Amino acid sequence: MSANAKDLRNPLKRARGLGSAQSGVGHWWTQRTTAVALIVLGVWFVILVLGLLHGDYATARAAVAKPWNAVLLIAFLVSMFWHAVLGLQVVIEDYVHTRWKEVTLLVVIKFIAVLCVLAGTLAVLRIALGA
Amino acid sequence: MAETQRPLSPHLQIYKWQVQMVTSILHRATGIALSVGTLIVVWGLVSLAAGEDAFHQFKICMGSPLGMILMIGWTWSLFYHLCNGIRHLVQDAGAGYAIAQFVRSSWLTVIGSLVLTLIVWGYVLSAGGAA
Repeated sequence: MSANAKDLRNPLKRARGLGSAQSGVGHWWTQRTTAVALIVLGVWFVILVLGLLHGDYATARAAVAKPWNAVLLIAFLVSMFWHAVLGLQVVIEDYVHTRWKEVTLLVVIKFIAVLCVLAGTLAVLRIALGA
Repeated sequence: MAETQRPLSPHLQIYKWQVQMVTSILHRATGIALSVGTLIVVWGLVSLAAGEDAFHQFKICMGSPLGMILMIGWTWSLFYHLCNGIRHLVQDAGAGYAIAQFVRSSWLTVIGSLVLTLIVWGYVLSAGGAA
């Protein structure tokens, strides 16, 4: 970008407002929002799992099939993987200094996260809808 | 990656260790560990949806000695990241920045996460083990 001689704008001009990446504080803010969601959902999930310690297969399925549990489980999956991607992104940006490796990793974690959310959500729905 | 040769900050080993350094590093480390742990959550849900045999297999893996050690590690990682995450949210709101408060809240997170892990695993083991 800075090598582009045709761009006569001062670098400060590009950095103002939403910043040079044009995403503003979106990353920071989403990380905090998912964090707040995960305080509630994480504690709820631990309690749910502890309650199922001695339950058999049918008990576990029945618990997941309850509408509220199914909804909260899907919310937990989405916010958990979203939060994980945002966190891992910062770690990768900090420590991976070869550009192509950095970009590859950033894309790979997003693919894995989306597939996991879809697989987990489908599993919850299959149980909840009795498939 | 950077075109300009920016000055580097001094490397970590020249600093005297302080609890705030430990809590900061552990937040990252537990975050990475929990990102891996998300895959176990999805595995559990998918196996629960797949059928009794698949879920039985999942429970055997998690109940094995290695599985138990990993689960204890993830339990502590979760509670640590939870406690320190709340601490960070408080700091994001602008509170708790005096050095004495900073050190106290650091110790509070470390001790709080260990106590919560002990409570959960005390319950699990006294109730006759996992799975």
